[in-house]
Amino acid sequence: MSTTETEVDEEAAVEPDVVREAVARAFADELGDAYIEHHIANGRDLWIRIDRSAWVAAATFAKTRLGMVWIDFVSAIDWLPSPFGRDMEAEQDWVVHGRDEAEAEVQQTGVAGGDTRFQMLLRLFSPDENMGVTIKADLPDDDLSIDSLMPVFPGTNWHEREVWEMFGIHINDHPDLRALYLPSGFEGNPLRKDYPLVARRVKPWPGIVDVEAMPEPDEPEDASGEAAAAGSDSAEASSDDESGQDKAAALAARLAALKEKRG
Amino acid sequence: MADITADLDITNEAQLRYIASQAVDARVNIELETDGMTLNIGPQHPATHGTLRIVAKLDGEQVIRSEPIMGYMHRGYEKLSEVRTYPQVTTLINRIDWVGSFANEVPFILAAEDLMEVEAPPRAQWIRTALFELGRIANIMLFLGDMAVQLGGSTAVFYAFRDREFVLNQIEAATGGRFHPNFNRIGGVKDDLPAGWVGETKSAMQSVRDFCDEMEDLVLGNEIFQLRCRGVGVIPADIGMAYGLSGANIRASGVDWDLRRDAESPLAWSELDWKVWTHPDGDSFSRYWVRLQETREATYMVEQLLDGLPAGPIMAKVPRIIKVPAGESYVQTENPLGSMGYYVVSKGELTPFRVKIRTASFSNISITPWLLEGVLVPDIATILASLYFILGDVDR
Repeated sequence: MSTTETEVDEEAAVEPDVVREAVARAFADELGDAYIEHHIANGRDLWIRIDRSAWVAAATFAKTRLGMVWIDFVSAIDWLPSPFGRDMEAEQDWVVHGRDEAEAEVQQTGVAGGDTRFQMLLRLFSPDENMGVTIKADLPDDDLSIDSLMPVFPGTNWHEREVWEMFGIHINDHPDLRALYLPSGFEGNPLRKDYPLVARRVKPWPGIVDVEAMPEPDEPEDASGEAAAAGSDSAEASSDDESGQDKAAALAARLAALKEKRG
Repeated sequence: MADITADLDITNEAQLRYIASQAVDARVNIELETDGMTLNIGPQHPATHGTLRIVAKLDGEQVIRSEPIMGYMHRGYEKLSEVRTYPQVTTLINRIDWVGSFANEVPFILAAEDLMEVEAPPRAQWIRTALFELGRIANIMLFLGDMAVQLGGSTAVFYAFRDREFVLNQIEAATGGRFHPNFNRIGGVKDDLPAGWVGETKSAMQSVRDFCDEMEDLVLGNEIFQLRCRGVGVIPADIGMAYGLSGANIRASGVDWDLRRDAESPLAWSELDWKVWTHPDGDSFSRYWVRLQETREATYMVEQLLDGLPAGPIMAKVPRIIKVPAGESYVQTENPLGSMGYYVVSKGELTPFRVKIRTASFSNISITPWLLEGVLVPDIATILASLYFILGDVDR
């Protein structure tokens, strides 16, 4: 093992990350069918996706056999594309930026894949090896629950409570599943993508009042060349490259219209 | 003296067993035994650095069970980050740990740079590192004075606030903000250092070292301080790790682990000559001791950074409109309060898809129910103060 490690030190930039591959293989051997896939960012990070049935087993294995004794965090992701859009979404913003009609996004998941809307995240770290791993587990929509890690890492107590209240994911066998941050009587799970951020619905995009035409640094020819070079940039970018005066005038008109509309 | 067992139902075996078990602990006086009471500490207690509330179930002077209650300062930054552009997020996260704000920005910016495959030029990295360490000094100086005032010695805190100004002035001179610099940009820093800053900062570092010497004498050398801190709130290393403790809290339990030295970071820590301080005891005293040494060490680090500051640009070439390519990145740095990380998920939009903010204080105080079990009431303040948390860093 020591020889391979020194090899990695010398050739980390080009060679595959053998240390992290070995860790991923160790997980695969230990977990068997419950192991699904992994993703390695060379020399930086490792993601492993497992079946949720092996959630506690994976944490125990990492802690006892791989030296990952430090619990970093437990969290979750909601992969649902926000039904409210993401960028310029409030009604006020449509006035300024126009409404983006290209909605109906497909749900996609991140590194190491995923099949379901909700995914659990567990981050463990080994100070000795100076290496961390992010373990992911899919949760089926009809049964949002996962086993508690508290027997392995007592420090997951509050993290799991946070997941429960923010995502509505039930933690099995958690001794004290109560709201951590939210006041009692609060309804909903704020970090779900379909939970509206009310402040965002009623106010313009933060900073929109500051929108000014960018001073054009170069000749108009150069600017258009720049836009052509940017090429694949999307609608927002090209609209931003309009001439400054046009944009300022259009913006003023739109804001005036908005004010009038609101009375 | 009256027979204290006269009132007791001596046939009640459970009660006798309980009394016997209490009597083993010499600190509990049977004559003063009560039925138990609930003590509510906070949310506005000075030992809580914000609004943490602790409900402690007491038996006489001894804590049986305790429960921290937070959420009074929950501002929902993870949700808010999802509707802010990347440059706007730094404004929010400045307010997480409000006494070491500069350090909050760095891991987020590094995660975004990692996804964009942008690297800030060396000069920017060195300026970042210097301001990061200045933020650490300003943050921990507050602790060094505050811990003493929790234990009834109010002198130290005045020295701390006085001398911390030297550092805050330098942060303000460079960034324009004493507490919320918002100075990092994706690809570099906002401005270069002002003229004369290097020299002034060096003299400020000397003032900080003088302050550290003074605290070593005034606080660490104080007999009462030692009596109240030695052996109080002992955290064994393995339990600390299982609770996710980090920073000086875990180094005071003998764990030789510092992300500045151990993790690969684009910041300039690996170029400096410095030492990671640890203490084997794991008690409140050692947590103070480690932080004091770290502050002093940080002043030497700042001086080295200023001496070795490379020339060159302070911003890499980044597009005017920042869209971060799809991907996931987790970057963690050794912040003043401990290990802080941002798990950034991007879908190639103007805004992050999800930002999980891992803060040090949240995990650091998650050990309090375990740690406070069985301690005496005055030790609650000692232990909470020695764990050193900022409520903004707990609640996010």
